[in-house]
Amino acid sequence: MTNINLPKRFEEYADARKNGFLKVKEIKENGGKVAGVFCTFTPLEILDAAGLHPVGLCGMSDETIIDAEADLPKNLCPLIKSSYGFAVSDKCPYTYFSDIIIGETTCDGKKKMYELLGEIKDTYILQLPQGIDRDYAPKMWESELRRLIKTLEEKFGVEITEEKLIKAAALRNRIRKLYCEFLELGKLDPPAIKGYDMYKVIEGAGFSFDLEENCKKLCDLIDSTKKAYEEGNRPVEKDAKRILVTGCPIGGVLDKVINSIETNGGVVVCFENCGGIKPVRNMVDESADDIVSAIAERYLDIGCSVMSPNPRRMEMIPGLLKEFRIDGVIEIVLQTCHPYSVEKREIKKLVNGAGLPYMAMETDYSKSDLGQIKTRVSAFIEML
Amino acid sequence: MYFTGIDIGSTSAKAIVLNKNSEIIYKDVMPTGWSSLETANRIKENLAEVGVKADNSKFVATGYGRVSVPYANKTVTEITCHGKGAAYLFNTDACTVIDIGGQDTKIISIAGGQVVDFIMNDKCSAGTGRFLEIMANTLGVSLSELSNLARTGSGITISSMCTVFAESEVISLIGSGQSKQNIAFGVIESITNKVKSLCGKHASSNNNFYLTGGLCENDYIIESLSDKLEAAVISSPLGRYAGAVGAALLAKSLK
Repeated sequence: MTNINLPKRFEEYADARKNGFLKVKEIKENGGKVAGVFCTFTPLEILDAAGLHPVGLCGMSDETIIDAEADLPKNLCPLIKSSYGFAVSDKCPYTYFSDIIIGETTCDGKKKMYELLGEIKDTYILQLPQGIDRDYAPKMWESELRRLIKTLEEKFGVEITEEKLIKAAALRNRIRKLYCEFLELGKLDPPAIKGYDMYKVIEGAGFSFDLEENCKKLCDLIDSTKKAYEEGNRPVEKDAKRILVTGCPIGGVLDKVINSIETNGGVVVCFENCGGIKPVRNMVDESADDIVSAIAERYLDIGCSVMSPNPRRMEMIPGLLKEFRIDGVIEIVLQTCHPYSVEKREIKKLVNGAGLPYMAMETDYSKSDLGQIKTRVSAFIEML
Repeated sequence: MYFTGIDIGSTSAKAIVLNKNSEIIYKDVMPTGWSSLETANRIKENLAEVGVKADNSKFVATGYGRVSVPYANKTVTEITCHGKGAAYLFNTDACTVIDIGGQDTKIISIAGGQVVDFIMNDKCSAGTGRFLEIMANTLGVSLSELSNLARTGSGITISSMCTVFAESEVISLIGSGQSKQNIAFGVIESITNKVKSLCGKHASSNNNFYLTGGLCENDYIIESLSDKLEAAVISSPLGRYAGAVGAALLAKSLK
């Protein structure tokens, strides 16, 4: 494969998580407040309007799993164990500096872990309704958001006004649109960027706390990547097989799985996971009469497998297969993630029904199955 | 010109040489041992003795030790090779291949002579050849003795899917005075049930089942699989070479 140097900015993003440590310390030293979050269901607009700096706490390394297993069962999702392990071992500065942690009642493992987390950190839980086909679901979610607003106002002595929320929604929509535009660079054939780098950028952006600057940087990155592409820069071989990755959050298995795909003749052109396109396509209606209700509606539309039924995911995937001209779909399930694991059957049907091959792999944060993952991924790509 | 396929599996290494008419003119099998590289070199020496060398043959390597074959012109995964090899050995272009390997069990769908779908056991060794080996060791019998014993046994279910736990389950069965026949029966049931559930997950519509891998001459396993799948399962003494045959066929298409 031809080796093309990445634009400098890509590397900047890869380092963003590390550099963010210093930034978050600076924020705290200047009296700023930090909210640790875990999930794409967290209504960021409310945190923004409260003057809090949200930061993702999802554990992505197996380093702290051993710490977590003192309290949590061994056969639990690695993301949950890793996240909890970072909190109990004080190894994650973001968790350490969080003035509040916001969690949602998503999967069973997470919600029970939050109960334990609540013993060591101030943890606030949003009750997420999971039957979006019920009339009361949006109303319930809206009242949960209002309860959060009240809690934050009291805890931090701030006022979360409608005006602030509208402003926050406008900014978050702008960021989401930029994410979409960036992720859609994968639509080009061959894509303008490798999946691995694309994911690193999105991940890194979550650790930059100046949102305006974040927008500007992302704009520049999109422009420079497009320009480089127009000038003939091709970071991906023309005949690389175009893969859509779906399933669980994959930050912790990026090197193992995404690298295996991209060093064996494939390229990930689209991530349907929650770190990818799934949570950024729907916007908050900034002009709605009631901004809290508009925010609630926007978040409830995320097609996560904790929803039952989960129509949004089934609606989104067929479109992505066409839009990104997908050759094959790889689903990544983190060990013991029941919601995604059970949903595999429907996704397989959906993908095969569209005439495309599908493969699911269950894995965790260890390196023990690296060889098998490589074999599986290579065999899948050989088949395409 | 010759076309050589080398399959370095977790338990045994296989080599197949095809001539230009795709006829098998040489086959070799040996335990993989601790070093894939050493095994690959031994295969190379054996091949040289029959006159197959780099200047008159192309080599494709497969199996988990495929990266340890320095003289391979190309490496291809065992899934693609087993698919190709089985289609050739069983003279079919649409079937379901069951490969019970040393550390993986794979169900592979073939259509139009190509792999169109596959499923493998996840990272644990339940349902693999290694599982059988460990259980046979625990019972102090060989693999073929294990299946002979199983034929006259009944009534025992090994419920543990994990090889390590299953071993302690077997040990407690021995301790409770169960007959070897019944325990052997339970061990083989456990394997064939696992294969059945993999096939179910795979939801293949093709009921032409072919067994490849090291158990290809084990009549009792083949019978038990046929019972479970409610369809004939066919194998051949060459079944263990399916991966190497596939690799040799792929060597033919190398430019």
